[in-house]
Amino acid sequence: MADAVVSRQAVLATEGLTKSFGGLTAVRDVSLSLHVHELHAVIGPNGAGKSTFVNLLSGQLLPSRGRILLEGRDISGTPAWRMAHLGIGRSFQRTNILKPLTVLENVRLATQAVHLPARSVLGAPKRQTALVETARRAIDRVGLGSAEHAVAGELSHGAQRQLEIAMTLAIDPKVLLLDEPLAGMGQEEGARMASLLKSLAKEHALLLIEHDMDFVFRVADRMTVLVEGAVLASGPPSEVRANAAVQTAYLGGHA
Amino acid sequence: MTEAVRMLPQSRTAWVALAAGAGVLAVLPWVVTPYYVGLLTTAMIGAMLALSLHLLVGATGLVSLGHGAFYGLAAYTVYLISPEGAPRPVWQTLPLAMLAAGLASLVVGALSLRTKGFFFLMVTLAFGQMIFFVFHDTKLGGGTDGAYLAKPLISAFGLTLEPQSLPRSQRAFPAYYVALTQLVATYLALAFLLGSLFGRVLEGIRVNEHRMVAMGFNTNRYKLAAFVIAGMLAGAAGHMWSLHSGFVNPELVGWHKSAEALLMILLGGIGSLAGAIAGAFAFYALGEVAQQVTERKLLVEGVVILCAVLFLRNGLMGIGSPRKRRPPQQAAVTGVPAAGKAGAHG
Repeated sequence: MADAVVSRQAVLATEGLTKSFGGLTAVRDVSLSLHVHELHAVIGPNGAGKSTFVNLLSGQLLPSRGRILLEGRDISGTPAWRMAHLGIGRSFQRTNILKPLTVLENVRLATQAVHLPARSVLGAPKRQTALVETARRAIDRVGLGSAEHAVAGELSHGAQRQLEIAMTLAIDPKVLLLDEPLAGMGQEEGARMASLLKSLAKEHALLLIEHDMDFVFRVADRMTVLVEGAVLASGPPSEVRANAAVQTAYLGGHA
Repeated sequence: MTEAVRMLPQSRTAWVALAAGAGVLAVLPWVVTPYYVGLLTTAMIGAMLALSLHLLVGATGLVSLGHGAFYGLAAYTVYLISPEGAPRPVWQTLPLAMLAAGLASLVVGALSLRTKGFFFLMVTLAFGQMIFFVFHDTKLGGGTDGAYLAKPLISAFGLTLEPQSLPRSQRAFPAYYVALTQLVATYLALAFLLGSLFGRVLEGIRVNEHRMVAMGFNTNRYKLAAFVIAGMLAGAAGHMWSLHSGFVNPELVGWHKSAEALLMILLGGIGSLAGAIAGAFAFYALGEVAQQVTERKLLVEGVVILCAVLFLRNGLMGIGSPRKRRPPQQAAVTGVPAAGKAGAHG
């Protein structure tokens, strides 16, 4: 199956990516590639290094070794703020939004970060109709259109998670890195988020970290299993499910 | 779509009240004795300094104890370029004073903004003290007791207004009106800045800098820009002090000056730009009253400020205003399309 993948270039790829904190190696020699229109799920037990891995991809952490390639170009060492400009958008495991601001302000700021020319920064927000329009599209996309003037911190947990996705969409990303978008969601909210993620995967390259195994096996095109920072298995869900090492190390009774 | 900007008046009435305040200040010199004209000028200069610091404290969430250094540095710049007996016109001294303050704040900001929170506070304090010791007890600064300078000439288009040519009771007027004009200009400049997209970025940094970085903002660059703008406005205030008093001393540069400005902000209201002005006037009024009733001025001041901070969480500007700001958003929480959407301002 690897041959089929090689024929088209990965949007985002890592080569031997490693991150050590002192004596602890949180991410160990991870090579992975993510393609457009693909939902690639990274799973693993707690402490497997999944969030560290995403933090490396989004520039929050600098790799100790290895490379990160965006469309073939080495982008390792790029500061976090510039990653968004390169087209890498991310959400956070713990809801990370600007709580006192409205939904629209949150998303408009995200758009502004990437799409506003520096000379326009002294302009008034309401004159920037293009920014607002882009922001509105992202808000509508995640289904928060009716709440755009609500204060972000007063939204339900599920709506706050939706807002996070809207903020990552607002930069027209090539790659979406979503760190447990379903965390803490109720059943109904979760189902809505799940269908949103599926539709997003049709347009972006989407890397998803998720704990909900049923969901992951249902939607993922590819999966990578991390255990103690290293790749235990990688491939289509059916293959991963059948993998004996994964069975014993991680899935246990689930599969 | 209308968005009330945090720290600015939230209604048209509030703007009118602010303008009325400026109107009152414009009339006051004709009503009060020259002593109070001088005191009010001093209070307005304090207000400018506090306003400039508020761009960092209230808008960006950066608490600096080195801000007074830029104020004092600007006043000393006037002293250095126009020592006693060699006055220069304002249009030369003001830009040079602001430039000196701006360059100093660029250097201090670039180095201190690598740190956050408590460490930022201490690093700005250290830099402020370094600048203090450039002027304290040195030949350059004219000695520990300070030095007289030639007040900048209030001149434009070849015409110079000479205070000594005015009747004795009106000699403090020129400085007063220059200060009032500068105070209004400082407020409007900051209001414009806060209302712009730049201001929204500062707001985002105050609320959640980590998220702003992930969104793609080079937050250090924005913080440095705010730091330099604030430093230059502090410089403008320091320049005004030289014009008002004709005297500089090391006290202007010391960290006490920064602490005073912080107190004014706390007293007036941390969530309101105009709070810096209200706080400055309250601060000087309090000092005046305390001096009259007791010899222990600082003790009385301390107790009053402590009570004000304890009992007025939003400072003087919080008095009488409802607890929650931005009421229209209440409706939106329930998922009902927000009132703002139907608003007339499109």
